[in-house]
Amino acid sequence: MELRGHRIPMFVSLLVWFALWEVFGRLEVVSLIPPFSEVVAALAVVVPSESFVEATTVTLQAFAIGMTMSLTVGIGLGMLMGRSPAVASVMGMWVNIFESSPLTAVVPALMALLGFGLPTMVVTVFLFSVWVIALDTQVGVERVNPSLVEMGRSFGASNRVLYSTIVIRAALPELLAGIRLGLIRGLKGVVIGQLLIAVVGVGYLFELYSRNFLMPEFWALLIILFAFAFLASEAVAYFERKVSFYASSR
Amino acid sequence: MTDIPRTTSKAGNPVDKTGEPAVRVHNLTKEFPGGVRALDGVSFDVPRGELTSIIGPSGCGKTTTLKIIAGLVEATGGEVEVDGTPVHAPGPERAFVFQDFALMPWATVLRNAAFGLELRGVSRQEREAIARDYIAKVNLAGFEDAYPHQLSGGMRQRVGLARALAVDADILLMDEPFASVDEQIRRKFQEDLLRLLSDEDKTVIFVTHSIEEAVYVSDQVVILTRGPSRVSKVVRPGVDRDADSEHIRRSPTYLDWVERIWDELQDYLEK
Ligand SMILES: Nc1ncnc2c1ncn2[C@@H]1O[C@H](COP(=O)(O)OP(=O)(O)O)[C@@H](O)[C@H]1O
Ligand SMILES: [Mg+2]
Repeated sequence: MELRGHRIPMFVSLLVWFALWEVFGRLEVVSLIPPFSEVVAALAVVVPSESFVEATTVTLQAFAIGMTMSLTVGIGLGMLMGRSPAVASVMGMWVNIFESSPLTAVVPALMALLGFGLPTMVVTVFLFSVWVIALDTQVGVERVNPSLVEMGRSFGASNRVLYSTIVIRAALPELLAGIRLGLIRGLKGVVIGQLLIAVVGVGYLFELYSRNFLMPEFWALLIILFAFAFLASEAVAYFERKVSFYASSR
Repeated sequence: MTDIPRTTSKAGNPVDKTGEPAVRVHNLTKEFPGGVRALDGVSFDVPRGELTSIIGPSGCGKTTTLKIIAGLVEATGGEVEVDGTPVHAPGPERAFVFQDFALMPWATVLRNAAFGLELRGVSRQEREAIARDYIAKVNLAGFEDAYPHQLSGGMRQRVGLARALAVDADILLMDEPFASVDEQIRRKFQEDLLRLLSDEDKTVIFVTHSIEEAVYVSDQVVILTRGPSRVSKVVRPGVDRDADSEHIRRSPTYLDWVERIWDELQDYLEK
């Protein structure tokens, strides 16, 4: 943001928004929105509470397992689709359908199948994130300069070395974009899954806070989630910026 | 092999008949999926220790021929023999220099130049020492830690050349290495290449579409034609390379050969 030619640091604009929030909250126009100061106070109460620690542990565990699965499967599938037109034509349509379908609708069926625990959450994370990772990996691999691959082969690289040192590395700009989007979708997946299950993790806390009308706590939890999603995607974006210079010079 | 106009060859340049040819290309055909016929029976021999150019109009199959020799593309028919043995895959006795350089944009000049050795499992210390040596030989000393996008096209191709020289292959395969370089720099490159090769005992196959370049650098020129893609002639210009380059480029032998190859290509273009 700029004002009269001066760049305003992000924290200043955040402060302005928090101030507006505070004023709006104190006016008590909408009971759903408490003043920002109350939310901050709630943060201090929520974070150390046993229910929060427990919910976070369950959530992060499901998220980590689900993401590991979708990174493995997504990158592998994307590389196959990128290198083999046959695989791309067999799998491409399905991956695209799943990527753009409202997978939330599948979660109740998963619950019926897998129960109300960890497996449902893990599969939800996986289903939400794997497709975009596969598609972006495919695009990255397709954009790898064919003569880089020929160069590797001409100097005697085995297929394994070719993929691990040249293809993956050259596809990194798109691959990282896919991972960043996948992380955000996976996080959405775990929270949506938990909201639908309503008896575990962060979803349970949301349910609990909103049912009992604990709005400051509700917003505190939301802010923590936002911050986590933001930090995770910024971490990947940091590496993306480091490799972006060669997206144009391959 | 097609006819060699030995009677018209002026300067000495005797054909080395002691050894086998380093590479023997026999009746190569190549049909790409979709029915594109890129080669229609291409045959020629590449004498050991010499520089052989392949010249012809664009699309006549020069790159395809070179990649089949490199083992990067499978021929539909015919055979390539290296040192008397048929080849179907890349091997350590051949190194390729790519038209578009094929440098890894995320790696420094040093790592790129050492990459052939890295793929062959040479230890880091050893391969970097060898690569530094060749980086200096191609006049890039001081640029070891630069990245390809910081270099000009000509400098990038020198990295590609250093990488190919570093693996110490007997046969260098170069696909229009100077195609994307300005004319003035291009001449300097041709001279540098000849000087570099004079200390290395290499057999070189050099693809170009420039007649002047072919006559200037080659011991032997293979002229390819299009539709059908065949060898129309193999000639040995025999330009005296001991003279300085300005002198060579104005010598009657040189100009004569440029004219002759031009006529040869012209004939086919008019048919
Ligand atoms: N991978 C490919 N698939 C289909 N056709 C190709 C392929 N590579 C080259 N060709 C065709 O083969 C012919 C010869 O190509 P190439 O060897 O690159 O010619 P040159 O290097 O002499 O310009 C051209 O008509 C080209 O379009
Ligand atoms: Mg070509």
